[in-house]
Amino acid sequence: MTNFSSVPDNKGHFGVYGGRFVSETLIHALDELSSSYQRLKDDAEFQREFDADLAHYVGRPSPLYFAKRWSRELGGARIFLKREDLNHTGAHKVNNTIGQALLAKYSGKSRIIAETGAGQHGVASATVAARMGLECVVYMGAQDVQRQALNVYRMKLLGAEVVPVTSGSQTLKDSMNEAMRDWVTNVDDTFYIIGTVAGPHPYPTLVRDFQCVIGREARQQCLAQTGRLPDTLVACVGGGSNAIGLFHPFLDDNDVAMVGVEAGGDGLETGRHAAPLSCGRPGVLHGNRTYLMEDENGQIIETHSVSAGLDYPGVGPEHAWLKDTGRVEYTAVNDDEALQAFRELTLVEGIMPALESSHALAQVKKMAPAMKPEQIIIVNLSGRGDKDILTVAEIDGITV
Amino acid sequence: MSRIAQRLNELASENRKALVAYVVAGDPAKSVTVPFMHSLAERGTDIIELGVPFSDPMAEGPTIQRAHERALENNTSLRDALDMVAEFRSDNQHTAVILMGYANPVEAMGYQDFCARAVEVGLDGVLTVDLPPEEAADFNAMLADHGLDTIYLVSPTTDSDRAKTIANIATGFLYYVSLKGVTGAGSLDLEDVRKNIAKLKAFTTVPVCVGFGIKDADSARSLASIADGVVVGSAIVELLAQGDTGLMKAESLVSELRLAIDEVE
Repeated sequence: MTNFSSVPDNKGHFGVYGGRFVSETLIHALDELSSSYQRLKDDAEFQREFDADLAHYVGRPSPLYFAKRWSRELGGARIFLKREDLNHTGAHKVNNTIGQALLAKYSGKSRIIAETGAGQHGVASATVAARMGLECVVYMGAQDVQRQALNVYRMKLLGAEVVPVTSGSQTLKDSMNEAMRDWVTNVDDTFYIIGTVAGPHPYPTLVRDFQCVIGREARQQCLAQTGRLPDTLVACVGGGSNAIGLFHPFLDDNDVAMVGVEAGGDGLETGRHAAPLSCGRPGVLHGNRTYLMEDENGQIIETHSVSAGLDYPGVGPEHAWLKDTGRVEYTAVNDDEALQAFRELTLVEGIMPALESSHALAQVKKMAPAMKPEQIIIVNLSGRGDKDILTVAEIDGITV
Repeated sequence: MSRIAQRLNELASENRKALVAYVVAGDPAKSVTVPFMHSLAERGTDIIELGVPFSDPMAEGPTIQRAHERALENNTSLRDALDMVAEFRSDNQHTAVILMGYANPVEAMGYQDFCARAVEVGLDGVLTVDLPPEEAADFNAMLADHGLDTIYLVSPTTDSDRAKTIANIATGFLYYVSLKGVTGAGSLDLEDVRKNIAKLKAFTTVPVCVGFGIKDADSARSLASIADGVVVGSAIVELLAQGDTGLMKAESLVSELRLAIDEVE
């Protein structure tokens, strides 16, 4: 049996994945971060402050909500939504930024930087920076700045500087490159808050640890509400932080199945998607070895998804490892299926999900009808859909 | 002895410093690269660093990023870069050539295939920016088996213990990054660089070439006086992007740099 708590090793390897693939200048900063995190994660004062912030600032625990009407309509398993959309700032991202901002504070850094795709992580970073009085610079692909104008303005209102990134494909991966370049230049006073479970060691581990509150709560809530563990967990996977947060506390529960849902874009068969676990192969990008979307020459290729937050050619190394071990099943749903799920949940439950989370919901639509009424699915509703209204309106041909 | 070591030894015995020049394969056009490499050699370049374009060149500043983008628009691959080395080598046996790039294109080709082809084309060494020693054991062993030098970066943030580890596995030369930041960035604190290189020299006999922030004859001269060689990248690449007149200017710049570092006592 696989020992899921055996990873990563002390160099950040999840099996053959993960590690630390960065230029020499960053090694010292990563060593520093590793040792301060090692020290603080078992520090009572640090944990107390983290837990208090999650309770009183973020509003945790987030509810585990039984979607009774939607379950009845699909006619199979009982579906529970883990309501990360109800967190302050509207997504799971803030769990991690609270944790990393505390690390920044304990490490004496005065400036934070972040990359963002859909803008949720940027907003969550700008939010904690505002609260702690830290300077904040957010790198965002120029293309994403266009399609997530609302979040850009939110970040500006929060006092952050948003820098549009015009290099490469002008999306999330390029904003990560740019954030790394900033960090390598300003490494003395700057803390880089990575938004997902990717990047060089120790980021995949510490982001996972901060997000595991999702799964720990869900496990207790499910036991309390139903007297048993769920049969299946479902979450969308871009970089994979909301999925690992939900999955990780259940990894040793052998009877709990897990499905990670990637962005199928126009369809896996078209090549226009963002599904490295489904269609990619292992390689090295952004400081870690993982599954990537790349061409035969090892160049990273452009991804496509209606959801900016999933539009990323890599994935967290722990997911790559969980795929290879077979513990988690990874699949993909298309833009159209995600949009349909977005509309359905909005109409049937009065909950407007983020387009990212809608990918997980679309997968639930496929699975639930084939399951028995006593079976339970928990799906991570990782964010709310307000930020996506303009995207959906545009698809509907409506100018808001 | 490798071509790199041989050249650096010769220079040391003449009390001269090495000129290392960087250009991205396929930038601004595939047809430009090999003739320009010859031109670099004729103007006194000792080691040519041929950049392998990558879609996500994380350690590069804007000038070299754009060069990578142009080279990729010209469909330049790692295999093409190796072919260019072969073409260069057919007319030049003495100028050392190293490839500088990122891990993923090499991984996509496969370490074994890469090493075999590298030997075939007459490559001398490899600098993989995002492959620190901790992740490079397999690749380094293979490079060593094939007689290829492994160039490593050492930066102002590298502590002494780590620098010793790196110096122990580096072959050819150590590339000292003179400042925190990306290629083409900032201005130098010469005194800091001097101190850090002196520290390195205290425990290694591997020659140390210094790069990042060298823009002209003055900066080349000052850095050459405290190291075994200087690396010039962005200044050349920026000129190359300016078409035919830029190409001529880049050639003149290299000649000036050679003169400047030969003035160093």
